[in-house]
Amino acid sequence: MISEGIKQAFQLMFSFDPEIASVMLLTLQVSGTATVCSVALGVPFGVWLALKEFGGKQAFCGLLNFGMGLPPVVVGLFVSLCLWRYGPFGDWGLMYTPAAMIIAQTIIAAPIVAGLSFAAILSINPKLRLQLISLGATPWQASRLLIREARLGLMAAVIAGFGRVISEVGASMMVGGNLKGQTRVLTTATVMEVGKGNYDTAIATSVVLLLGAFTVVMLLTWLQHSGKNERT
Amino acid sequence: MRKILLGSLLLLILGLVSGCGTTQTSNPAPAPVTKTPANVNIILATTTSTQDSGLLDVLVPAFEKKTGYKVKTIAVGTGQALALGEKGEADVLLVHAPQAEKKVVETGAAINRRLVMHNDFILVGPGSDIAKVKGKSTIDALKLIAATSSIFVSRGDDSGTHKMEISLWKMAAIKPTVPWYQEAGSGMGQTLKIADEKAGYTLADRATYLAQKKNIKLDILVEGDAKLLNIYHVMEVNPEKFAKANQQGAKAFSEFILSAEGQAIIASFGKNKFGQPLFFADGGKSEKDFGL
Repeated sequence: MISEGIKQAFQLMFSFDPEIASVMLLTLQVSGTATVCSVALGVPFGVWLALKEFGGKQAFCGLLNFGMGLPPVVVGLFVSLCLWRYGPFGDWGLMYTPAAMIIAQTIIAAPIVAGLSFAAILSINPKLRLQLISLGATPWQASRLLIREARLGLMAAVIAGFGRVISEVGASMMVGGNLKGQTRVLTTATVMEVGKGNYDTAIATSVVLLLGAFTVVMLLTWLQHSGKNERT
Repeated sequence: MRKILLGSLLLLILGLVSGCGTTQTSNPAPAPVTKTPANVNIILATTTSTQDSGLLDVLVPAFEKKTGYKVKTIAVGTGQALALGEKGEADVLLVHAPQAEKKVVETGAAINRRLVMHNDFILVGPGSDIAKVKGKSTIDALKLIAATSSIFVSRGDDSGTHKMEISLWKMAAIKPTVPWYQEAGSGMGQTLKIADEKAGYTLADRATYLAQKKNIKLDILVEGDAKLLNIYHVMEVNPEKFAKANQQGAKAFSEFILSAEGQAIIASFGKNKFGQPLFFADGGKSEKDFGL
């Protein structure tokens, strides 16, 4: 059955089966957008947290680290409660749409991106910033240089965030509803095919998911390392 | 170099996102729809058996093509589907737990409860049949399973099938206990698979059993008992109570599945694939016709 499923996966991919192609495309759109959003929120926040000193910072960092392990089903439930018709944001009509999935996945990934960005900046010698400022750099310039220095670690944060959201199923199922042609992504399609007893199709969607995630992560890794070579 | 790469990646993502918009708008075929409905989205809360058996894969597209509505199908256990209706978070319900449904109608959350179709529940178990229940009545079979402490896998998810199973245990005057009584908390397909792996007994709806049959070795041991009737009703969420409900869409959906066309789809579904229909169309009948 396993070999048959893998065979079917390649058949589905290379025949450009329109259904699997649209599910694949939606998966990349939703998880890609969620990753971009969580990077836009998480990286500046992580950098800010690393550079700023204030009381209770340690407790705050603990909270952030806790957020990195936020259970997707809890996020899914929370987002559902907010977006339901009779919830606080019900009038936006976002429940069971890709937008709802992007919101949920962003909440899941943003703490991971922020936490790892924070660690990436901290791993640079703290004296570097002082040195830069004493050499006449404005705080803004100094921060930019630090981000340049930490880009390997920051890129790792992006990859980790993407990996989390593309593999996520609980929240996507709850807020997306696995609607055919609308919110069905590869993970929720796999769960459904297992429920239907179509194990070969489930294996096929899994293989497509793995290959899709692999391609994106390889692209990001290449980006990560091409930046490193340029510096020297 | 790096900036170009980053830029192209961003462009790629943007392209994907904007592509999403265009594919979605071009998707629904604006075929011979006479009038476009004001609110095209309908949320249908239904049971896993209608999705796992594949019925909705033929019924919903036919409805969408004919009316121009877009159905958002939320396939969950009947208990959860009814709860969504009670909170006004769905527009139309297709469920199979008559007692619980009546309560929802009594609270005023749902209206126009009408019978759509039926099939039956079956008691399935391993071919070895340790408890020797084959051919017995449902109640006797449950008593034998309990007496021999044979593994029984329950849905355990407040679905219509689970509610039916609980009422059967009550009729048998047995309070099932661990470790032989195991609650899966999963859909019908998954529960059948668990029962198969554990060589246990379980109560299933016939449609899902037939759809899953290729993967499992469980046999039908008890069937045809009048107690095992599985009746599906459609209801519309009451727009007087929930102003946000899509009343027109809900009405259109229930009218479609009760129409000659919808009933014909239901009656013929599964004949080609399984050699027998999975559901029996009952449009226009009432529970009295089944002696309930």
